[in-house]
Amino acid sequence: MAKDAKTMTVPVAGPPAEPPAPSVPKLQLVGISKEFHTKRGTTLALSDINLTIHDKEFVSLIGRSGCGKTTLLRTLAGLVNPTAGEVLIEGRSLWQGSHVDPAVVDQLGVVFQEANLFPWYSVADNIALPLRLRGVKKAERLARAGELAELVGLKGFEKSYPRELSGGMRQRVAIARALSIEPKLLLMDEPFGALDALTRERMNIELQRIAAATEATVVFVTHDITEAVFLGDRIVHLTPRPGRIRQVRSVEFARPRGIDVQTEPEFGAIVRDLRHALDEEE
Amino acid sequence: MTRGRSMRLLPWITTPLLLIAFFVAWDVFVRAFDVNELVLPRPGAVFESLGTVVRDPVTWDHARVTVLETTTGFLAALVFGVVAGVVLGKVPWIERSLRPMIVASQVVPKVALIPLFVIWFGFGITSKVIMAAMLAFFPIMLNVQLGVRSVESGQREVMRSLNAGRWQTFLHLELKSTMPYVLAGMEVGIVFAIIGTIVGEYLGGSEGLGYLVVVTLNALDAPQLFAVIILLSVIGLAMYFVVNTLKRVLIPWHESVYGQNGV
Repeated sequence: MAKDAKTMTVPVAGPPAEPPAPSVPKLQLVGISKEFHTKRGTTLALSDINLTIHDKEFVSLIGRSGCGKTTLLRTLAGLVNPTAGEVLIEGRSLWQGSHVDPAVVDQLGVVFQEANLFPWYSVADNIALPLRLRGVKKAERLARAGELAELVGLKGFEKSYPRELSGGMRQRVAIARALSIEPKLLLMDEPFGALDALTRERMNIELQRIAAATEATVVFVTHDITEAVFLGDRIVHLTPRPGRIRQVRSVEFARPRGIDVQTEPEFGAIVRDLRHALDEEE
Repeated sequence: MTRGRSMRLLPWITTPLLLIAFFVAWDVFVRAFDVNELVLPRPGAVFESLGTVVRDPVTWDHARVTVLETTTGFLAALVFGVVAGVVLGKVPWIERSLRPMIVASQVVPKVALIPLFVIWFGFGITSKVIMAAMLAFFPIMLNVQLGVRSVESGQREVMRSLNAGRWQTFLHLELKSTMPYVLAGMEVGIVFAIIGTIVGEYLGGSEGLGYLVVVTLNALDAPQLFAVIILLSVIGLAMYFVVNTLKRVLIPWHESVYGQNGV
């Protein structure tokens, strides 16, 4: 596979979203492969993935279920050890053999499909948990949790417990928790997959705002094409068996994107193209 | 809010009413069928006897022994049960190799072992403490074992992705997550410990409320027998209440608790 596969450009509706490439990319995937060994033999989940992601870029990772997009994200998060290849975060290797470099993991924020909050902690304590693990003092922790609660739209809920929140609110807490350590890279694995369509739409707009406010670099896994196009600066399309990059597409609508961008013809065209590409796999 | 409040107050109103209804029905039954006092005394006679029993300092000496035996046995069961539960829950090969023995030892009617314990450990409190501990041990151990295994994998991954150390994962996740199971085991365990103690006292010894039951039975003093049983129930209830309160303090966030508080 060619490095950074064929990049196509679509009509520009505003200033270019592509940031100037800095000297060291935020994230570099070099020849990532992953084999799973089971009783029935070896499955090649990821094959020779090469990708470069720049600072403040929002990259959507799409593909059919089983295409390895979650495996890829988990490799980036330090949860799945790649069989071959390197994950470089600001030029520093995440994996050292079968172990992760803790200093690199400390720069990652991960949001899973489930909020995975700790029901015994309040919203503020959940948000501040990563800081607590790092020994940040309580007053500082709680101040930061308050700011983040406001950022994700949960002001006034700091003392609530997860059980008192809706699914969307819980996922906001999970996002705030991931942001608490000011990660260099925010990794999100279908974070809104369990939410209803309306909540999901609102969370997409919120996430865009949060990403802009925190100047975060985001890798966002989803199987929802509209969501991927709405959020992404680039879309990486993975194909299954073995998982490899089929195409990388730039989406250059001006930000902040309103929900109306979805009715624009170019938006529809990109979504249609991607859907056709996904439908061709079978 | 008002609905939650009235739900919370409801048992405080219904429980006394039900108790009164129960004793009235009892009284009516005894009078209507002219039941012999030796078979079933009237509630009035029972309460009269209860008054005497409560005022007798000897009763409280017996009660103190029963409480001491039960709590000692229960605390021993708690310590051993938690340790065994954690080990069995965490180390699969130990669990697998010990499982047949554990199942077998659970099936054995432990109450049948009491005469043996009396022979081994004498008529004093030791045999009762051991009995209470043995009965309370299994529910605690099984619950803890289940709890250790029930830590959600998603929450584990959160801790992993945060670079949490073993001790941090234990403190913030495993301990908190297992706590409801420990307390559920304790709730069952305290009831079992009381049963173990009382049965132990029935079968051998010269102290404790169980022994007092046997004495009054031999004296054919039915009202006092009932009075002692009521006293035993109240003590048992108080111990259960202590464990239940512990639950509200230690795991206020858990489903089994916050529903009760009518939040």
